[in-house]
Amino acid sequence: MSAPLLDIQGLRVEFGDTAAVRGASFTVSRGETHCVVGESGCGKSVSALAVMNLLARGARRSADRLVFAGQDLLALPERRMAELRGDRMAMIFQEPMTSLNPAYTVGSQMAEVYTRHRGGSRRAALDRAAGLLAKVGITAPGMRLGQFPHQLSGGLRQRVMIAMALMCDPELLIADEPTTALDVTVQAQILRLLAELQRDLGLAILLITHDLGIVARIAQRVSVMYAGEVVESAPTAALFADPSHPYTRGLLACVPVPGKVKREEALGSIPGVVPRIQPGFEGCAFRDRCAHAAPVCAGPVPRQRGEGAHEFLCRLPPGWTATERAA
Amino acid sequence: MLRFALRRLIVALLVALTVMVLSFMLTRLSGDLAISIAGASATQADVEIIRRAYGLDRPLVVQFLDWIGRAAMGDFGESFFFKARVADLIAERMPITLTLGLTGLAIALIVSIPLGMLAAVRENTWVDRLVQVIAMFGQAMPSFWLGLILMITLGLQLGWLPISGTGSWQHYVMPGIVLAFSAIPALTRLTRSGMIQALGSDYIRTARAKGLSRLSILGKHALRNAAIPVVSIAAVQLGFMLGGSIVIETVFALHGVGFLAWESISKNDFPVVQAVVLVLALIYIALTMAADLLNALLDPRLRSA
Repeated sequence: MSAPLLDIQGLRVEFGDTAAVRGASFTVSRGETHCVVGESGCGKSVSALAVMNLLARGARRSADRLVFAGQDLLALPERRMAELRGDRMAMIFQEPMTSLNPAYTVGSQMAEVYTRHRGGSRRAALDRAAGLLAKVGITAPGMRLGQFPHQLSGGLRQRVMIAMALMCDPELLIADEPTTALDVTVQAQILRLLAELQRDLGLAILLITHDLGIVARIAQRVSVMYAGEVVESAPTAALFADPSHPYTRGLLACVPVPGKVKREEALGSIPGVVPRIQPGFEGCAFRDRCAHAAPVCAGPVPRQRGEGAHEFLCRLPPGWTATERAA
Repeated sequence: MLRFALRRLIVALLVALTVMVLSFMLTRLSGDLAISIAGASATQADVEIIRRAYGLDRPLVVQFLDWIGRAAMGDFGESFFFKARVADLIAERMPITLTLGLTGLAIALIVSIPLGMLAAVRENTWVDRLVQVIAMFGQAMPSFWLGLILMITLGLQLGWLPISGTGSWQHYVMPGIVLAFSAIPALTRLTRSGMIQALGSDYIRTARAKGLSRLSILGKHALRNAAIPVVSIAAVQLGFMLGGSIVIETVFALHGVGFLAWESISKNDFPVVQAVVLVLALIYIALTMAADLLNALLDPRLRSA
């Protein structure tokens, strides 16, 4: 197997006295869709921004290893990093309504990425932009190029963001909850579009989401994040078939499956909220919410390997069966 | 855009009409004009003769329409004191005031926009605080005092610039600086707050994710959105510089429109006062309209408003 396109080992991000990401590790291979799931505040968006070096001022980033396409991103000065961004790695965001600049036309915002990284005339860049707008399913692309963001709907704006991200043929697309702000039918269209692009262009996608339905539909590999750590990582099918971390099991129990849910039975939920973790925290961060917590959970937690490339972070053995929850 | 401009023009005309009524009424309300023209030693009969000669015995509406009709043709009547056509008086002094005002605005913008951007980029650092302290000093400093200090240092001690009169462009530098100082604090703070807001926005994050240069992110993406309040206030400031520069014009002996207004108010020369008020008000109206149109060019969302 060749080296992964993006290799993140032991990523840590801290804001003041809050540890947002605590040693997260995952890899994205070329042409693969890798989903990072978790609830709000688990550090998944921060991890994505840390890869792009787009963290807010005041954030401290460190890692054991942060390599993209053979380049050590930790050693790269911001000027060189800016050359990679938008060119070889692109990103789209959760807020399509506000992510485009209201003062410039769609065409101008799309063209500038291309002329910045690849040079050439504005005319050529606009032609490419029109082609990509058509590719992401926008009709009358020529007209859209001359429009301003406020003249487009949320779904169209997200398509524009995607097309803009593709201007320089990136190898990696980081999508941070790209469908969360959109309504359900548009969500489905955008997901289908991402899956098609991934197939047609051989694009690697790092998709941040809290929606397991999305994971099941487009991911080849999933990493579950909790309180700044990757608690479980597996190929999608393996994760759904054999969830090994108590948190993953809890998440899956929250999703209603047609035909399986009985009318009278309450849908699962995980009690409590994600704790705010300070630097120097030890043990399993999930133990306060876990039905299987034991005194040893306050100590170092082993990272265990299941079958294949299935990993999880818990004291329980692979394939553990759920004991009755303590009442 | 054309429809927006047209609608804006109609509003401007309505405001102009209101201003005309007000400036006409104000001078009539300040006392019996016939008596003040006739002077202290005039008899009742003299006053009556003057009243008839100047048409002040006619109904107010007729006087107003007559004045407006003439004003529209550029005829503001004759000055009682200068014994010259009011239009000529204003035309003669307007270039001085315009030069001074535009110089002041140019200096103010050249200083405050980079300063405001710098403070925003370095938000909450000592640079930011220093800029804010400078702005506060500028706000607190009386302009006549600054004018005198500059005259003493740059003019008399160093001999770099002439201290009074209007002979050359150098004559406008010092008064321009003084005038700019009154506008710099507000413009700097507006640029700073606008830039801070813009820099924290999602579209700036997108611009960074696109790998754009720092220059493009600050100068193109952020500044254009931050500029809108700055443009609006700069227009008002320019209006203020044109109409309110009486102090500066007096200190530097520049005989501009502000100085003319001051002279004619103290002499009760009402045709001049009336005309100056009207001309300055029209300039204000034109400036705010220009600012609105410029802002509509900067932000397309305003065009449909």
